[in-house]
Amino acid sequence: MISNIKSFKKTILTLLGILLFFTTKSFGIELNMYYPVAVGGPLTKIVDGMVDEFERNNPDVKVNAIYAGNYNDARIKALAALKSGKPAQLSVMFSIDIYELIEQDAIVPFDDLVSTYEDKAWLYSFYPTLMENGVTEGKVWGIPFQRSTIVMYYNKDLFRKAGLNPNKPPNTWNELVSYGKKIVDSTSSWGVMIPSTGYPYWMFGALTMQNDQVLMNGDGNKTYFDHPSVVGALQYWHDLGNKHKVMPSGTIEWGTLRKNFLEGKTAIMWHSTGNLTTVKKNAKFDFGVAMLPASKRRGTPTGGGNFYIFKKTSAAEKKASMRLIKFMTSPEQAAHWSMSTGYMGVSPASYQTSALTNYVKTFPPALVARDQLNFATAELSTFQTGRVRKLLDDAIQSALTGNKTPESALKGAQSSADKLLRRYR
Amino acid sequence: MFKNNLPHIYAWLLLTPALILMGTFTHLPSFTTLVSSFFSTGTKKFPSKYIGLENYEMIFDDPIFLEAVLNNAWYAVATIIPSVFLAILMAVFVDSKIRGRVLVRMAYFTPTILPMIAVSNIWLFFYTPEIGLIDQIAINLGFTSQNWLGDKDTVLNCLIIITIWKEAGFFMIFYLAALQNIPPELKEAAMLEGSSKFYFFRRITFPLLMPITLFVVINATLNSFKLVDHLFILTKGGPDNASNLILYYIYETAFSFLDSSYAATLTIFLLLILAIISIVQFILFDKRIHYR
Repeated sequence: MISNIKSFKKTILTLLGILLFFTTKSFGIELNMYYPVAVGGPLTKIVDGMVDEFERNNPDVKVNAIYAGNYNDARIKALAALKSGKPAQLSVMFSIDIYELIEQDAIVPFDDLVSTYEDKAWLYSFYPTLMENGVTEGKVWGIPFQRSTIVMYYNKDLFRKAGLNPNKPPNTWNELVSYGKKIVDSTSSWGVMIPSTGYPYWMFGALTMQNDQVLMNGDGNKTYFDHPSVVGALQYWHDLGNKHKVMPSGTIEWGTLRKNFLEGKTAIMWHSTGNLTTVKKNAKFDFGVAMLPASKRRGTPTGGGNFYIFKKTSAAEKKASMRLIKFMTSPEQAAHWSMSTGYMGVSPASYQTSALTNYVKTFPPALVARDQLNFATAELSTFQTGRVRKLLDDAIQSALTGNKTPESALKGAQSSADKLLRRYR
Repeated sequence: MFKNNLPHIYAWLLLTPALILMGTFTHLPSFTTLVSSFFSTGTKKFPSKYIGLENYEMIFDDPIFLEAVLNNAWYAVATIIPSVFLAILMAVFVDSKIRGRVLVRMAYFTPTILPMIAVSNIWLFFYTPEIGLIDQIAINLGFTSQNWLGDKDTVLNCLIIITIWKEAGFFMIFYLAALQNIPPELKEAAMLEGSSKFYFFRRITFPLLMPITLFVVINATLNSFKLVDHLFILTKGGPDNASNLILYYIYETAFSFLDSSYAATLTIFLLLILAIISIVQFILFDKRIHYR
């Protein structure tokens, strides 16, 4: 009995000690940051490493970087934290969440946070195309971080097997079809796979841009889903599977596509450049990366996540958040991030760092995504973005599964989108 | 006076924790859901305001919700009947004297203890065209590759199979417990009378299992409206809503479209459906159940 009491006392003392240790070891400022991962590979470790380095250089700031699932989950968690009264101070979220975050009155524009000339210059140090999804109402709301374009990965071994030049990937829609047919005829693999679950509207944004038509206006209150060039783009996508038979018919799963490619089941896949480093590590064959082919022009939407700062944040926390964001998007960190993932360096300066300059010399595919920025446009983003996006996703899938014609599917999506967006005009 | 009331106070005290929990986590949220279904979702530009039944009118003008309801109806019927049937079959099998009985029981029960998300990730690689397990076997047997989850005609049934596989083992446990409660004298008497095994099952075992069947069927029904975890991994309701279920659509409305009021309205609708189904089940079954 006595020994019990003694050991009980001991436990209490130890607990108190631990508590004391944690409370005295206090930091100046604590930041909570959610971030998403939408591609494969050990991306959480890379983010943790970058955050650790920031903490070493800024001992007065503690950063809790919290992995929050895919883009949807990250937004849900950040908004839920906001409503629960224990908000995050900053987060990486989908670049296209901007209108909804503004509507929820959740974020502040960066223009209100920068004061010095140097800071203002920093706002314009990124690739302008990457800023398109982060700017509206004349203000900057998102700073590009894990940004991508869609690129074409192709299996050079399969190209050789089919008698195609492995250093000449298809440049046009017609070539994509004719190369695909050669591959289907002479190997047991598919010619091409374009994923149509998860983010169908994103892949579709590439096809429509190649057909020289964007999907929405810059104010986010009008869509062009029933434009003839948009219909043409969906017709082409549909035909790849159903008419030319170079792609499986039905929808193609975003999540398993990379494995399909790595197993050599398809000669070409369209996917986020964020997969590049993982593909590089795991491909047991000679592969190449190329820009997407052109119809009337080349084109791809940008994609990925931006940094946002939340409104319910103290002035000191906002300052610390700015420091963190500046660090994470600095040329050196952007270069490191790009090399470890495949996402782009977000500023021209990052491609001038010695690390990234040397890397692209030994591995030129790392440049494709950046070079493609010249042909890129913003990703589909409007008011009511969740609903509008789903309208387009459903239209695409109903056409690909042969349930509706591309024209009637897109006409329906457009008239529903008009109904939703009317009150924002 | 006080002494007379003592049992009452005692009873209320015992009930209090449960009442508080039920109140805060079940009844209060249901009530606030009902209230918010009469308001519009507030944003910075358009603050929330009372709109009466407008949200309810929207339900009847919402083709995706209608599709989700129809999908859910088929999903319910096609999961409940086979999984209950399978559960009885498996329970009778592992109740008999076979070798390795414990192993077989465990094998049947394993799917139940796996989390649905893990299960979905496993099945995703079963169903994946070309590289998936099912396709690899089929291709080796000379069949052509099938896009199981990418085809409107197959996707929902693929999900149904996963659910049956996962649930049957769970229900089997209840049946097994019930089977072991049936007095052996009945069987001995039936044998003396010379009744066949099937006759015995039909006239003795099955009626005695009725209370369990009611329990299981109600549970299965609720699950078929409640269990949507696999949609997140496998289909996200697609292609083109072919596998969309009511609860998943409510989730999307609330968290992807950020329209919490309409989501609240859909939730009330779902509550109504479930209440009606449970009442009907209780009334129907009550006449045919023999409680001991």
